[in-house]
Amino acid sequence: MEKEELIESGTLELFVFGLLTEEENIAVQEMAQKHPEVQAEILSIEQAVINLSYSISPKLSAENYHKIKQILLERQGGEVVQIQPKKSVSPYLGWAAAVILMFGIGIQYYKYNEVKDEAKKVVIERNKYEQMLADAQKQNTQTEEALAIVRDKADQTITLEGQQVAPDAKAKIYLNKADNETYVDIAGLPTPPEGKVYQVWALKLSPLTPTSIGVLDTDNIADTKGIYKVDSFEGAEAFGITLEPEGGSDSPTLEQLYTLGKV
Amino acid sequence: MTQEELLEQIYKKDSKAFTLLYDMYSKSLYGVIYNLLKDKEESEDVLQEVFVKIWKNLDTYNDKKGRFFTWILNIARNASIDRLRSKSHNNSKKNLSSDNFVHILDHNTSTTNKIDAIGIKQFIQKLKPKCIRIIDLLFFKGYTQKEASEELDIPLGTVKTQNRNCIKELRNILQA
Repeated sequence: MEKEELIESGTLELFVFGLLTEEENIAVQEMAQKHPEVQAEILSIEQAVINLSYSISPKLSAENYHKIKQILLERQGGEVVQIQPKKSVSPYLGWAAAVILMFGIGIQYYKYNEVKDEAKKVVIERNKYEQMLADAQKQNTQTEEALAIVRDKADQTITLEGQQVAPDAKAKIYLNKADNETYVDIAGLPTPPEGKVYQVWALKLSPLTPTSIGVLDTDNIADTKGIYKVDSFEGAEAFGITLEPEGGSDSPTLEQLYTLGKV
Repeated sequence: MTQEELLEQIYKKDSKAFTLLYDMYSKSLYGVIYNLLKDKEESEDVLQEVFVKIWKNLDTYNDKKGRFFTWILNIARNASIDRLRSKSHNNSKKNLSSDNFVHILDHNTSTTNKIDAIGIKQFIQKLKPKCIRIIDLLFFKGYTQKEASEELDIPLGTVKTQNRNCIKELRNILQA
């Protein structure tokens, strides 16, 4: 159909009124796409009937608009309405991401604390082992020192036997004549009771003259392996060890004589 | 704003689109609905229904098959005719023809803007009575050509051209 023929046929009016079949509608739209005159005629017809219906319309209440909006808003939950963009998952996705993030941070924080605790434990453990190593080294040194005294320096050993108050007690005196040093080994004595100390005496026998050569600090007995350096005493004929009050005594308390040995 | 610009807004899902749509077409559709129902309250009710339907079904509108105005005009006419049928239980379109859009003006000069109504009435009444009849049946009431030819007692082949001439006349009056 020619465009002039179409325009004059009255088909475009029926097209605007919505009275054509679907095929006819499609044919008209195709013609309108191709020919601006056809399109212009359609617009003009449409405008005329819009104006006509507009002009005969009674007054429309203002509430009507709001009522429709209300209905649309109420319906929005369902299949309707493009008044706002269709519901998408993205806002929920955002919330979900936030929740997961918070959860993740929580877990990370928990794990961080766990690791921190673990690290703390490791540090404590390490300190403990370092301490143990230091102790062992110290002990080793002490043992070596003690051994050196006994093995290398001492050229005379005097064994002090247990006396009446402590028959099982045992002590030794090591004399190093070259360096004029005297050591006492009290590893065989019981731990002194609270407030008491061992005091070592060098004795001259006739007449019996005790001379204090050392008050032993047994608090650190482990450090010394029981070996203490004491004062040297030229011409000692015997050595004895008594239990004395803290700080030592001027003369030995013979009732508390633990060990005694002659040179 | 043209129909094309409006549709662009609607497809962009612009939140103002509904208001634009309503502003552009509510009065015209109300005119069409009222011409069929002759009851303001009921017409407003149907108009609400129609706009909800339009908005809800926007994505079913296909511009290859017709004008947007034509699409909403059909929705408005069908909703009005459905309402009439549900009320009267009468399927006949004959009952629709007893009155036409010019009578609306006669009945409503008191409630519409008086000056406007009088002016409109004057120009519409410049239309020949047969034009008022044929436009009323085809445009406002959606009669087919065959139904209109029977109603107006004119040959089927002349309905289209007579309508064409009447719309031409209307366009001339509006431009004048």
